[in-house]
Amino acid sequence: MTTSSLTSVLVWLPVAAAIVIWILPLSRYAIGSLAVLVSLAEVGIWIEQAARFDFSKHGLQFSEDAPWIKDLHVSYHVGEYGFSLWLVGLTVVAMAACIGYGFWVGRDRPRAYFGLMLMLTGATVGVFVAQDLLLFYAFFEAMLVPLYVLIGVWGGAGRIGATVKLLIYTMAGSLLMLAAIIVYGLRVHTFDLVTGPVSASRWLFLGFMVAFAIKAPLFPFHGWLPDSYREAPPEVTAVLSGVIAKAGTYGMLRIALTQFPDPSSYYRTVVLALGAAALVYGSLLAFRAPDFRGVVAYSSMAQSGLITIGLFSGTNLGFDGAVLQMVAHGLVSTALFLVAGTIERRTTTGEFALLGGMAKGRPALATVLMTLGVISLAVPGSAAFAGEFLILAGAFQRAWWWAAIGAGAIVLAAMYMLRLISAVLHEARGPRVSDAALDLRPGELALVVPLVGVLLLLSAWPAGISHHSFANDDPTTAVTDQFR
Amino acid sequence: MIGAIHTPHVDWFSLSTILVLLGGSFLALLSAVLVPQSLRRTVSFLVAASATTGGLVTSIWLYVDSASGHRVVADAFYRDRWTALAQAILCATTLATALVGAEQIREHEPEFFALLLASAAGMTFFVGAANLMTMFLSLEWFSIALYVLCAIEYEKEGSLEAGLKYLVVGSFGSAALLFGSALVYGATSRIGFQEIAAAAGRHDLLLVLGLAMIVAGLSFKSSAAPFHMWTPDVYQGAPTTVTAFMSSATKVAAFALTVRILRTAFPQETHLWSWALAGIAVASLLIGNFAALVQRDVKRLLAYSSISHAGFILIGVASGTALGGRAVMYYLIPYSAMAFGSFAIVAARERELGEPVTMDNLAGFGWERPFLGVALWFFMFGFAGLPLGGGFVGKFYVLAAAYDHGWTWLVVVGVLATLVSLYYYLGVVRAIYMRGPALAVAGGSPPRDALTHVAVGAALVVSVASLFAVSPLITLAKHAASALPF
Repeated sequence: MTTSSLTSVLVWLPVAAAIVIWILPLSRYAIGSLAVLVSLAEVGIWIEQAARFDFSKHGLQFSEDAPWIKDLHVSYHVGEYGFSLWLVGLTVVAMAACIGYGFWVGRDRPRAYFGLMLMLTGATVGVFVAQDLLLFYAFFEAMLVPLYVLIGVWGGAGRIGATVKLLIYTMAGSLLMLAAIIVYGLRVHTFDLVTGPVSASRWLFLGFMVAFAIKAPLFPFHGWLPDSYREAPPEVTAVLSGVIAKAGTYGMLRIALTQFPDPSSYYRTVVLALGAAALVYGSLLAFRAPDFRGVVAYSSMAQSGLITIGLFSGTNLGFDGAVLQMVAHGLVSTALFLVAGTIERRTTTGEFALLGGMAKGRPALATVLMTLGVISLAVPGSAAFAGEFLILAGAFQRAWWWAAIGAGAIVLAAMYMLRLISAVLHEARGPRVSDAALDLRPGELALVVPLVGVLLLLSAWPAGISHHSFANDDPTTAVTDQFR
Repeated sequence: MIGAIHTPHVDWFSLSTILVLLGGSFLALLSAVLVPQSLRRTVSFLVAASATTGGLVTSIWLYVDSASGHRVVADAFYRDRWTALAQAILCATTLATALVGAEQIREHEPEFFALLLASAAGMTFFVGAANLMTMFLSLEWFSIALYVLCAIEYEKEGSLEAGLKYLVVGSFGSAALLFGSALVYGATSRIGFQEIAAAAGRHDLLLVLGLAMIVAGLSFKSSAAPFHMWTPDVYQGAPTTVTAFMSSATKVAAFALTVRILRTAFPQETHLWSWALAGIAVASLLIGNFAALVQRDVKRLLAYSSISHAGFILIGVASGTALGGRAVMYYLIPYSAMAFGSFAIVAARERELGEPVTMDNLAGFGWERPFLGVALWFFMFGFAGLPLGGGFVGKFYVLAAAYDHGWTWLVVVGVLATLVSLYYYLGVVRAIYMRGPALAVAGGSPPRDALTHVAVGAALVVSVASLFAVSPLITLAKHAASALPF
């Protein structure tokens, strides 16, 4: 096995493990342990990749290229750039935490549950490493299949409606993307992202962009978000907001901006405006949301808007900041949703009206939530601050008012996060918070603390990502050169 | 003295698939009278299984051995790879039907297998038909067998009704085909497909009218809108095993011949029939998908889904290009596997419940029968074009063929139709996994259904493997399509 096949291993190992879980008659405990072990193995493989990654080199690394549909020049082409390496890292780390959470809470029907979680891991990694448009589309859609069942079976009371909304919304976008892919690929006689030429078609750009805007989500396309984030099991919501939403912003960077430079600059103002709308509107909704998950859900939407602003500012700082923020926010929101899950397990609710005063006697919970909240509201020195600062600086270079809107929204972020912290941890004790509600257990800490640890590490050294995402740390040139 | 009748030279090998199936049919029918009652089911099943396996072997052999396609038996039948590949798919679905039928058909088993094999023999002849005469004869041949198959559980009102309905509407389709053939013959005084193309004058009204009626007649068989009215009723009423066979094999036969006759006999009228078929495709996509949204009976839902898939396949036919031809052939492989598999699963559920399967009594099925549930989950997502199986690549291919033909609007229509279809396919998945069982299954454990599991497993393997092994399958389809004059 050569190192270049590591990427394929990252994609297919969890899928293979899912099939093993479905076929072998293992015990409940064995299934959970196997799933956790495989997800940890994924992290290990990723660390191996990161250690071998040459950040100064141009072009694709760990790449594999094999024909898939020869006839129409579709290939199984996978590989990683600096920024995809970080997003894959985010995926495997977040999935390991979420699968661990599923094991910890002892989800019923474990064979189906862990198999689907592993399948989701493989598909999500696939999205970030696919270098062929049809392959990208296949993984992009394949994420939905396990998600649909995960939410529909293990979700809350309103889960059925939530799944329908999620699927119809996202499929509406991605089917338009399929049409765009077919037109693009047949027009230029290749579906390969690396060798494919740039296109000047505005229609094709819109076909891709709508799909990514729904996935992210940006302002008018967020109808699916509140239901799905509230009704899904907490660890699935964590994946959804932490990792899968990033597939939308990743697509903007890897496909929309790279393959469609002219349409991107033509629609730049529109997209920036949508991003700003998502940022401001999302922040306002987060401030008004009556429950824990609602706040984090809408703040995810706001952060997607901010990341979009960074990407479409088209500046070096904006690109660097966007990649850093994708990873930082992915980790923060994964951890926050897991904490939301632990709180719901103790109080059966996430409603602020019924919560409060949980800090007393629960130091671990208070510390974890406080740390996450502080990082999330971008206190100077945190990873999120570094990301947001870079994005705003990049946006400022584009035009000062984008930065002004962004800075205003960050004030809102402070407001909603502090509101969340005080409503859960402080204030008078809520009616659903009993004395019997325990502090975070060691098992739960083992899931959340590593995420917090990584975030603190990134806070200490944000340049680890922001200076190691694009060849020669020159994103605009890399994007113009289509990362070649 | 009566002059010696000049019998044409017969290339028996080229007919071997048909003869093997026909021989099997004959033996199965004999077993109804010669074999003691207790052994009839086993014997006739074994006959059917070996005949279809034999047919599979000979059709593969023919595929390998017919690189240069030509006509045989007084130019009445094509021996080429298009015929052979279609025959192989037909034999595989017939074999799967035999497996399911052995468990799900509880009476008249030898007759069932005999008719099944006779119908399959007719279809394998139909796909190779080289003139209007053999086309019509083989169409009637397999249709008549199907009419009886639909009504084989004649004690049940639904089955009898389905048989009668199919007979009446199907005869109408056959009549249209026959009348169209007569008009085409009148216009060209030729019956061979190739000769018609050579003799046809441009803008011959008679010929165009004949072409239109032939297209209509074939669309009845492939259940494309607006010639689909019989489909939901017949699919619902017929024994589910027969429905599984019809939804997969009949479509394969009808589309294989449609592509052949249009390309071979009417190349000059391409501009006409490609627009006509594009219209039929759009109508099928609209009617199939929107009508499926409101169905509660799972067999009816799958019937409308099969109409919408006829629309997708017709997109490939309508494009009239070599790309479209191999898109159709490729599409038929995962489609027939998924259609067959999903009806087979419905058959298993029906036997377990003893009543028609609806969205309500499907509740909890996925957890009760894990393997069949997972298979149904795969088939539904595969139908919807999510990348869990070859259905995804099939849709991609036909849409690519439409774009290649310059019909970007048809790509958009196809994509929107897929979006609509998602709702009801997801509805089935929702029913089997996300709703608690609404009613307790009447006592005892469900039937073992070992052979049905084998057939469904094979369908699952085909539908998933066709996603990964696209290139080899496309190469097969490409070689098959190269036999046609694209």
